[in-house]
Amino acid sequence: MTDALTLSQVKKRFGPAEIIRGVDLALAPGERHAIIGPNGAGKSTLFNLISGRYPLSSGQVQLHGRRISGLAPHQINRRGLSRSFQITNLFQRMTVFENLRCALLWARGYGYSFWHLVGRQSALNEEAEQHLEKLGLQKRRDVPASLLTYAEQRTLEIGTTIAGGANVILLDEPTAGMSLSERDHAIELIRNVTVDKTLLIVEHDMGVVFDLADRISVLVYGQIIASDEPDQIRGNAEVQNAYLGT
Amino acid sequence: MSTSNFPGGAIVRHAAVWIAAIVVIIVMPYVFTSSSSVSMMSQMGVFIVFALSYNMLLGEAGMLSFGHAVYFGLGGFLTLHAIRAVNDDVWSFPLELMPLVGGLGGLAFGVIFGSVSTRRAGVTFAMITLGIGAMVEASANMFTNFFGGESGVSGNRVTEVTLLPFSYGPQIEVYYLIGAWTIVAALLMFLLTKTPLGRMANAVRDNPERAQFVGYSTTIARFIQFALSGFFAGIAGGLFAILFEIMTAPNVGLIQSGAVLLMTFIGGLGVFFGPIIGAVLVTYMQIALSGFSEGWILYFGLLFVLMVMYVPNGIAGVIVSHFAPWQAGLAHRFAVPYLLAIVPALLALAGLVTMIEMGYHLSLAYDPSRPIELFGMEITATSVAAWVVAVALFAAGLVALRWVAGRIRQRWGEVNQAMDAQRAKQ
Ligand SMILES: Nc1ncnc2c1ncn2[C@@H]1O[C@H](COP(=O)(O)OP(=O)(O)OP(=O)(O)O)[C@@H](O)[C@H]1O
Ligand SMILES: [Mg+2]
Repeated sequence: MTDALTLSQVKKRFGPAEIIRGVDLALAPGERHAIIGPNGAGKSTLFNLISGRYPLSSGQVQLHGRRISGLAPHQINRRGLSRSFQITNLFQRMTVFENLRCALLWARGYGYSFWHLVGRQSALNEEAEQHLEKLGLQKRRDVPASLLTYAEQRTLEIGTTIAGGANVILLDEPTAGMSLSERDHAIELIRNVTVDKTLLIVEHDMGVVFDLADRISVLVYGQIIASDEPDQIRGNAEVQNAYLGT
Repeated sequence: MSTSNFPGGAIVRHAAVWIAAIVVIIVMPYVFTSSSSVSMMSQMGVFIVFALSYNMLLGEAGMLSFGHAVYFGLGGFLTLHAIRAVNDDVWSFPLELMPLVGGLGGLAFGVIFGSVSTRRAGVTFAMITLGIGAMVEASANMFTNFFGGESGVSGNRVTEVTLLPFSYGPQIEVYYLIGAWTIVAALLMFLLTKTPLGRMANAVRDNPERAQFVGYSTTIARFIQFALSGFFAGIAGGLFAILFEIMTAPNVGLIQSGAVLLMTFIGGLGVFFGPIIGAVLVTYMQIALSGFSEGWILYFGLLFVLMVMYVPNGIAGVIVSHFAPWQAGLAHRFAVPYLLAIVPALLALAGLVTMIEMGYHLSLAYDPSRPIELFGMEITATSVAAWVVAVALFAAGLVALRWVAGRIRQRWGEVNQAMDAQRAKQ
């Protein structure tokens, strides 16, 4: 079976500094894969490379065996890869409902249509309502995203990412800054919405990582120093030194 | 569930607004019957369509264009050439539909120039539109067959090819033709904001990056929005051509482009009806002031600067900001401070106008000591006393206005607190 996501010798240089120094990674379809690593290791940069936000300096990224590196972000998204952002990145002036509906428009084939009235598309609206319910944001339906609490914004960030139905999902520290109960809630949500999907997640909380992930890769200083099942990672001396111990 | 997205109440309310607009358009000529009023109201219709088309760019998609008159003007020229073709019996096409010629022309040029300019956003986009605007204006000197040189292109709108039994010779018949087009074009542009393209235009305005990560090319969204905006600008140009029966090079020029930006901004970008208010007000002021004063463009400049500085959301923004206090039953609390503001505002304005008019008189009049008539008085611009009084009026008005402004701000604070308290109780 072809891998859902494959990175081969991915490198990224910002000026003289090489931030990603040759990353190889393969995610099987349906796998939940966590990336851990110290601050500044290059985790967000790696997401930016995969999702097309930055061009690669060298190497290649494939989605279901087809090359996506070099494509624009919207083209990569249309091929079924969706991502969230470490710093919340929503349509701030739109309501919660409208954010979710906008995230659905392309996936439901509306394209750039100027001959459909979105208010009249009952299947589309129904689906947006369902996402709203799944996220537990029904009460905040008509509130502009900018007025949500931090945890609600993070939740909507996840919702906007998964709404379009992409089958490869990249989540960058989705629970950072949340309280413990909010975090439990968010992890449960992530578990539910990524059933049968391939998930690549950056997460600092080790409890969450060991609980959620099928496999874990440790990124240190732009290189993956270990990639294995949670138990193996836990016992890996090099990882202990580089990361878990500190 | 879907009923909650499109509540019947909202449909009825929307329909009521549009029906009211139609009634207003029908009734206005019975209220303002003079031919100059009818002509002015016809111009308002033209500029409502033009300003709404401009807001498709600036308000809806966040694209600041300095060259929107290109699509307005070229649409107008094409319409007039089409009318001339009917005048000359080379073509047969009903006058009522002539604005479509302008619209399709505006669309075609929107596609051509938009394919260049919409590749970039922000400042780069603005600069490209400025360049295209200057280029088209300059090319009027080269393509004199199309632009008619100095004297422009003129035609006769009484083509005798019409759908309805009107000649469109009389001003009032043209008024109703423009009124009908204004309603149709405004309704279409309103509905456009409710389509996937309209939603994504907002998305691209608010957060172009996220728009890409939900599958949209920001370039294509901007491009389509731009081309459609050119279509409606071209319709406005076609209506202008029918109204005045003449188009000249300045109609495609940068001043005309600046005027539509001014209208839209003064009316307010953030609300659909904002540009309508702006178009009506600016058209009125343009006609009223240009008869009143040599310095009318200066007054526009002042108004624009003051709006940008103190009322960045435009008149519509001010109106909308009072909705919440109104619903909370607190709007009456603004009555006293607002009424208080009128007196110093009028004082300051009178002082300013007197200074400007005297200044113009001194520098332009053949005999500066000849008195000018202002506010029903005879004022001598060479008298020191007149200047002292004008400056004093202006200064006193400003000082008092500052004081009232403080009261208004304070009142807003109280009302906001009261609204928060109401909300907390619920
Ligand atoms: N656009 C950029 N230009 C220059 N340097 C960059 C850029 N983006 C990231 N970097 C650098 O790359 C390094 C990795 O940053 P990145 O944000 O990927 O780290 P991270 O692993 O996500 O860290 P964190 O856990 O703090 O989110 C940092 O040193 C950062 O300064
Ligand atoms: Mg990061």
